Amino acid sequence: MLFELSNLLPLAPEPFLLAASCAILVIDLFLSQENRFYTYGLSLLTLVATIALILASGGEKAVLLHGAFVRDAMGDLLKVALLSVAIFAFLYSRTYLKQRQLFRGEFYVLSMLALLGMMVMISAGGFLSLYLGLELLALSLYALVAFDRKSDRGAEAAMKYFVLGAIASGMLLYGISMIYGATGMLDFAGVAQSVASGETDRMVLLFGLVFVVIGIAFKFGAVPFHMWAPDVYHGAPVVVVAFLGSAPKIAAFAMAMRILVEGLGGLGLGWQGWEGMFAILAVLSLAVGNIVAIAQTNIKRMLAYSTISHVGFIMLGLLSGNGDGYSAAMFYAITYALTAVAGFGLLTILSRQGVEAENLHDLKGLNERSPWLAGMMLLVMFSMAGVPPLVGFFAKLFILDALVKAGMVWLAVVAVIFSVIGAFYYLRVVKLVYFDKPLTPVPVEGGLDARIAISVNGLALLWYGLFPASLLTACKLAIGA
Amino acid sequence: MISLSEYLVLGALLFVISVAGIFINRKNLLILLMCIELMLLAVNINFVAFSHFLGDVTGQVFVFFVLTVAAAEAAIGLAILIVLFRSRRSINVDDLDTLKG
Repeated sequence: MLFELSNLLPLAPEPFLLAASCAILVIDLFLSQENRFYTYGLSLLTLVATIALILASGGEKAVLLHGAFVRDAMGDLLKVALLSVAIFAFLYSRTYLKQRQLFRGEFYVLSMLALLGMMVMISAGGFLSLYLGLELLALSLYALVAFDRKSDRGAEAAMKYFVLGAIASGMLLYGISMIYGATGMLDFAGVAQSVASGETDRMVLLFGLVFVVIGIAFKFGAVPFHMWAPDVYHGAPVVVVAFLGSAPKIAAFAMAMRILVEGLGGLGLGWQGWEGMFAILAVLSLAVGNIVAIAQTNIKRMLAYSTISHVGFIMLGLLSGNGDGYSAAMFYAITYALTAVAGFGLLTILSRQGVEAENLHDLKGLNERSPWLAGMMLLVMFSMAGVPPLVGFFAKLFILDALVKAGMVWLAVVAVIFSVIGAFYYLRVVKLVYFDKPLTPVPVEGGLDARIAISVNGLALLWYGLFPASLLTACKLAIGA
Repeated sequence: MISLSEYLVLGALLFVISVAGIFINRKNLLILLMCIELMLLAVNINFVAFSHFLGDVTGQVFVFFVLTVAAAEAAIGLAILIVLFRSRRSINVDDLDTLKG
C-alpha cells in the first residue's frame, strides 16, 4: 500500500489534539500568573476545534494503520459527546482553581492528554491501541487526582487510585495475553474472525475473557471492583472529579463495545460468557451502589456510589445483547456523563474560598441563597433519580425496554426495585435544598463562565428529556441498529 | 526443549506472586510498586512465549509497548509516593486510612 497523506485524513483529530496540548504546555511556560487566562481560553478553543475537525472529517467507516485505528459513526458520536462534556468540566474549573491558587496550565494539559487517551480508546481497532489509550487516560488521571499537592487527602486518593488502577491494567493485560494465545491475533477483527472459525481453544479464550472483564469492570467502577471510586471522588479536588467522574464513563462504554461485542461477540456462550458475568456485576452494582449511597453524609462519596449504580444500568444495556440494548447503553453513558458533570459542576460553583461544598448539610437552603442554582440542582437530582420529563428517565426506560424485549424481565424488575431505593437519596438532596434553612446566608459566588455553563448543562438535561428522540436516533444510527 | 505450558506456568506463578504481594504487604508502598512491575513482567513472559510458539512477531512488539508503559507508570507512581511522603512523613500502607465512610 502506498503511503499517502490523504489516506490519513480520518486520523486528523487525534494528532491535532496532541499537537495542541503540547503547544499549550509550552505556551503556558511563558505566561505569567495574571495571563494564565490564555491557557484556559486556548484549551477551550482546542476542544471546540477538535469537535469541528471530527465533524468535518467524518463520513465513511475507515480502518487505518493496519487495523489499529477504526473511524466509524459510533466513535465519532462518542468523541463529540466526550469533548462536549470536557468543555463543561473546563468551564466549571476556572474560578474554583483560582480561589485555591491551583489555576495552572497543568490541569488543562493533563485533561487534554486524558481526552486524547479516551479518543484513542474509542477508536481502537486492536488490543494494542486500546491498551495505550487506556494507559494515557489512566496516567493522566492519577496525576490529576494528586493535582493539589498541598492536600493530604488528594495524595492518598491518588495512591489508592494508582495501585488499584495498575492492578486493573495488569489483569486486563493478562487476559489479553491469553486471548492472543488462543487466537494469535491482537486486532479485534482478527480475533472475531478467529473466534467465528471455531478452531480456537474455548477454555483458554474463556480464561482470558474473565481477566478482560475484570479489567473493564475496574475501569467502569462496577461492584466488586468499585473500591477506588468513593475514595478517589472524596479525595480529589471537585473540578477533577467533575472530569474523571463523567467523560471516562463514555470511554469505558466504548472499551466494552470494542472488546466484548466487536472482538468476542461471536463467542456465543450466552450466560456462560461475558453476558453472565455482566449480569452478576450489574446486579451487585445496582444493589451496593444504591444502598450504600443512602448512608453517606459526604455528597462526593454519595455521588460516587450513585455512579456505581448507574454503571449497573449501562452494563444491563450491554448484556441485553442486541442493537437496541447497545444503543440504549450508549444513550445512557452519554446522558449520564452530561448529568454527572452538571452535578459536580454545581459543587465547584458552591465551593467558596477556603470552603468546600462537600457535605450534604452544605446544600441546606440553597434555594434561599440562589434560586436558579437550586433549580439546576433539582434538575440534576431528578435526572439521576429518573423522574420524567428529564433525560435520566428516558435513559432508564430505553434500557428496561431493551431488557424486556430480550426476555430478561427479572433483570428489569431488579433494576426498577433498586432505582426506587436509590430515588430516596436523590430526593433527600432536593429536600435539603428547598425545605431546610441555610447554615450560612452567604450568597453564592462563582464565575460567569461557570454560571452560563451550568445553565446550558442543566437545561440540556431537560431538553434531551423532552426530546430524547434526536439523541436516541443518533445512537441507533451509530450502532447500526 | 521447554514447552509452552511451562512458560505459561511460570507466567501464572509470577502473576500470582505479584497479586498476593499487593494484598498481603501492609508495610511498604515501595514493595507495592515492585509488585506492580512484576505483574506486568509476568504478562510479558506470556506474550513472548505465545509469540514464539505461534511464530507471530506481534506479541513481542506488544511487549515493547508494555515495557514502555511500565516505565511511565513507575514514574507516576514514584511521583505520587513523594507527594504522599511529603505530607505524611510515612510510606506505610496502613497509614492510608483517612478516606473512609
